[in-house]
Amino acid sequence: MKNFDNLKNDFERARRVVILACTVVVLSSLLLIYLIIDPRLSAFKNAAPQSEMVDIPLDNDNNDTIENGIHVRTGFVDAPGMIETVQNCTNCHSSKLVIQNRMNAERWKATIQWMQETQNLWDLGKNEEVIINYLVTNYPPKKKGRREGLGDIEWYTLKE
Amino acid sequence: MQRRKFIKRATLATFSGIIGSEIVYGLNIPQGYRPLALQEPDPFKLFGKDAEMVVLNDKPWNMEAQAYLLDDRVTPNAKMFLRNNGLVPENIDAQKWTLTIDGESVVAKKSYTIQELKANFKVFTYQLTLECGGNGRSEFDPPAKGNQWTIGAVSCAKWTGVRLRDVLEDAGIKDDAVYIGYHGADIHLSRNPDKESISRGAPMAKALQDETLLAFQMNGKDIPLAHGYPLRLIAGGWPASVSGKWVNRISIRNKVHDGAKMGGTSYRVPCNTVAPGEKVADEDMCIIESMPVKSLITYPKSGAMLPEGKKLNIRGHAWAGELEVTQMEYSIDFGATWQICSIEKPVNRLAWQHFSAEVDFPKKGYYEIWAKATDSQGVAQPMLLPGWNPKGYLNNACHRIAVKVT
Repeated sequence: MKNFDNLKNDFERARRVVILACTVVVLSSLLLIYLIIDPRLSAFKNAAPQSEMVDIPLDNDNNDTIENGIHVRTGFVDAPGMIETVQNCTNCHSSKLVIQNRMNAERWKATIQWMQETQNLWDLGKNEEVIINYLVTNYPPKKKGRREGLGDIEWYTLKE
Repeated sequence: MQRRKFIKRATLATFSGIIGSEIVYGLNIPQGYRPLALQEPDPFKLFGKDAEMVVLNDKPWNMEAQAYLLDDRVTPNAKMFLRNNGLVPENIDAQKWTLTIDGESVVAKKSYTIQELKANFKVFTYQLTLECGGNGRSEFDPPAKGNQWTIGAVSCAKWTGVRLRDVLEDAGIKDDAVYIGYHGADIHLSRNPDKESISRGAPMAKALQDETLLAFQMNGKDIPLAHGYPLRLIAGGWPASVSGKWVNRISIRNKVHDGAKMGGTSYRVPCNTVAPGEKVADEDMCIIESMPVKSLITYPKSGAMLPEGKKLNIRGHAWAGELEVTQMEYSIDFGATWQICSIEKPVNRLAWQHFSAEVDFPKKGYYEIWAKATDSQGVAQPMLLPGWNPKGYLNNACHRIAVKVT
């Protein structure tokens, strides 16, 4: 009786192995056939990103929202020429680089020319004047003299 | 090991993703929309930086320290300024990284893996001062173009590597060699693979100095990714832009190197001084070499209030490019009188030096402590801004902190 049980168990085990082997063979054949039909797996690749695209809302917070007169995404002051500046000046570098620089029209022109010659900036066409006007109006140079006083001091009690 | 490698790769991939790698189907994204992942990357976590570091620019990344953050004798990564000209390279494999020595004046073009550099050449460690040529730019009037650094674009970490001289000599230097120029793996902001973000260099005399290294370690560990992992040229005492990051090629040139940011107004100043705002012809511009004498009060932080009668112990660092600082002074009366600080010798050539002093205030009131270093040739820091130049380089005006005695 014990031997018969052992034999039964052996048969059961063998049956499982055969089923597993068959499943593996069938699955790999299916995969192989699919790979022959579509070797670049294009059906899978296309599916995901396209469904993601649909999810992107056009009026997203991160688009061109203005809060308290500031373009949230870039920090630019909302004024005529702002959108042209965002579109042409924040592709390669950060808006932070624009905002921290204070120049007159002539020097902005020279800077744009330098970016066109060395940094792959495109021809700005009639937007060039719009952008320069926006920058000199909203970010004018500030007189600093030969040395400024110490400003923005945060006073604290020194503990030693 | 495999798992660790995988995690490291995955982290690097995430990293480059955040910094701005190609976005799949990027063309389909509506104009003006920025994927969520790119909006608020936390650069402090990304680069392991102290929360009080100041971000000047996020594309490319530029970040500076504040004076009191630089109090350590050896600058840790957390407080080291970050100045990148392009995008951090993606998918770096240090095992496969090679450095090629080429150029008109190399005897035989030769390439080395990092393992070969370590195995074939003697390894040295030096503490070296790296200061951005534009440190202090924000003070110039009329304002100068570029990242508006205040005072925090300086560091002095320990760099470990092989001497550039040993490697250049192994490849062979022809008699007509004039300059070396480095090439790195960083990506141009326009993502044009034919353009280099920056490719600067130094005259042979600087290239052959003992302390000029091809470094693979900073402060005893792999160089942090944003600071040039896995290999960086280190040329202490010169504008930090000479210390090329992610370096994979060094050309021995028979003329002054003409790579990106070697010409025009980049890292060049008028050969003769000019009036503020004056136009300078290209041929009248000279390449910056050694940085000028300078110092920083790193303790206390500006704004300290202390009771009358209490002495104040101040301390900081001073450095002088290729030279040594021989005298350090402070003033609490706007430069009318100066007192001597004690100053230590540098731990090695081109390392910053530490100073300290005990300050006595005569009575209650508002004070500024000004610090002034003098180099071994007798040249001291100016109290006001030094000579104006189109890109606002080399501002070594004395550092000041505010103190109130109450």
